Amino acid sequence: MHKWGLAVDLDRCTGCGSCVTACHAENNIPTVGPEQAGRGRAMHWLRVERYWEGDFPDVQLKFRPVMCQQCDAAPCEPVCPTYASHHTAEGLNAQVYNRCIGTRYCANACPYNTRYFDFFNPSWPKPLHLQLNPDVSVREVGVMEKCTFCVQRINGAQIEAKAAKRELKDGDIKTACQQGCPAQALVFGDLNDPESEVSRLSKSPRGTKLLEDVGTLPKVTYLQRQTQA
Amino acid sequence: MSDASTSRLSDDLLRPLLQTTWQFYALVAFLASIVLMGLGTWGYQMYNGFGVSGINNPIYWAFYITNFVFWIGISHAGTLISAILRLVNAGWRRPVTRCAEVITAFALMIGAMFPIIHLGRPWLFFWLVPYPSSRMIWPNFRSPLVWDFFAITTYLTGSLLFLFLPMIPDFALVRDKSSGIRRRIYGTLALGWRGTSKQWHRLESAMSIMAIAIIPVAVSVHTIVSFDFSMAPVPMWHSTMFGPYFVAGAIFSGIAGLIIAMAGLRKFLHLEEYLHPIHFQNLGKLLLMMSLLWGYFVFAERLTTWYGNEPYEIAVLRVTQKGSFAPLYWTMVVCNFVIPVIVLSLKKLRTIGGCVFVSFGVCIGMWLERFLIVVPSLGHKYLPYSWGTYRPRPVEIMITISTFAAMGLLYTLFAKFVPIISIWEMRAGEHPAPALMPSAMKEHALGETHA
Repeated sequence: MHKWGLAVDLDRCTGCGSCVTACHAENNIPTVGPEQAGRGRAMHWLRVERYWEGDFPDVQLKFRPVMCQQCDAAPCEPVCPTYASHHTAEGLNAQVYNRCIGTRYCANACPYNTRYFDFFNPSWPKPLHLQLNPDVSVREVGVMEKCTFCVQRINGAQIEAKAAKRELKDGDIKTACQQGCPAQALVFGDLNDPESEVSRLSKSPRGTKLLEDVGTLPKVTYLQRQTQA
Repeated sequence: MSDASTSRLSDDLLRPLLQTTWQFYALVAFLASIVLMGLGTWGYQMYNGFGVSGINNPIYWAFYITNFVFWIGISHAGTLISAILRLVNAGWRRPVTRCAEVITAFALMIGAMFPIIHLGRPWLFFWLVPYPSSRMIWPNFRSPLVWDFFAITTYLTGSLLFLFLPMIPDFALVRDKSSGIRRRIYGTLALGWRGTSKQWHRLESAMSIMAIAIIPVAVSVHTIVSFDFSMAPVPMWHSTMFGPYFVAGAIFSGIAGLIIAMAGLRKFLHLEEYLHPIHFQNLGKLLLMMSLLWGYFVFAERLTTWYGNEPYEIAVLRVTQKGSFAPLYWTMVVCNFVIPVIVLSLKKLRTIGGCVFVSFGVCIGMWLERFLIVVPSLGHKYLPYSWGTYRPRPVEIMITISTFAAMGLLYTLFAKFVPIISIWEMRAGEHPAPALMPSAMKEHALGETHA
């Protein structure tokens, strides 16, 4: 059984935002426009958080890409009244859009605020409507959506490996954000495979979990910055 | 007691049923138009998408959930007060119980609409119901929202029964005094009541069972409503005291709602001879006690959070006490604590007018309290990058206003079709004969006015 995880090297992240763009393109995430974004309706399954540290002029800008942490003890799952938010056998926090009735309780329970609500039916300015990914469903108004760890790629790679009668090897699956990252800050893989790169990185002494004290057991590991100032 | 007073009693209390004034039609038309506007607004929201409301990421719950908690809270006065007063056999309860129980039934119906109104896809609300679907999918019994569903339906069923039982003899009375279609309808509602001693005995047992059973149900309902918040790992939500805190707040706002309703009935239906100043004074004392209890809970909550100095909770505490929510917070403290304690502890000010004034303040304060529980915590949850703020939009405001109109409308219609003061209980208070109820205390007897 696989256990999918992600490692994010904060030393490599430059905050360029190409992971965000790649995620939007891969997962058919609608862009909401400036007015709605101003109202707090922007939907980025993956966002790059910016934090400034220190006092002027010794200011340091820090970036942290934050996506669904795919928690093992996810607060979003038990609160969903319809099982739209649930745990898969491979440890993913799945969201069944068709089962979601939009109580938004999962988003309130999520300590990371990485769940997004469809306030309107999605639309894309022409000709962007022609570039939708056929492997990912487009969500209708009134449902919650969030980072899936590119579950369509995970399943696709597994099916391909099975058809070719071979084992899935580390690196067969790349999430869109990983693929888009020019600095290779994001590494996706199987945490149950001790040889995989993500396992190696997750065991790094630099490895930390986001809001670990909340007790959510996230599967995303952040490798902290080594450089001082 | 003479026959004359008995007939005056039923004349006075049946008058609203038998005579219809133009003011009644005007009031119903006014309230109904607001309710229709509210329903239309809800349709507009469903048609255009939830984006027309003010909620955003991360504040996914706001006005609708505030209204939900507020109205479920208001529903706590009726049944709970009536049940307690019945159990302790307080003589002064007689004219109060029914108008209190009605509040419960209607406030619950209005409150229970909000979990549906606030859904992203309200037409699928029945997925919360454990019905035998062809795919054998059950609701998630671990979810507090499903507990809500069971708690509210139980409470609604119980309080409707509790309301209906003591209405049976009065339905029979209306049946006997009317003719035609009205006689048929009230005859059906009276369930064949003939007033035999066996029937009285059964009614008495049923009512004592319901009075005892409804109290734990009422307490559990608002505890479960509080679980919607306290089960989630959200700063200032995740608290062990939310259960009793919510129940106390619910009874507090409920009594305020009851005082307002009673004052309205007294004025518009001319029930001065039935609802005396002493009733308002007694309920005012109860309101004072709940105000002190509420203040104690808020003090305990705020002090422990501040002293504990846990960073995530302190962020929420700071924004409510000093930050952008401070004006609302201090309005709440003044409305819920300062004014009630000052006005209600002075005997001179504990008049009908004083009690009503305080009650309006308490309703505003308790609505704000629910709002301040829901919104600041969601807006200041852990990662500061994702903090947000909230501003209501016309859709939410219109729907909120229409709930108050809906309460007024349902109450007006009820008072039109059912004697709002229990006639047989008032009679039982006058006649020592049926052992069912003890006679009213002398100073509460009919027709006397009290300073």
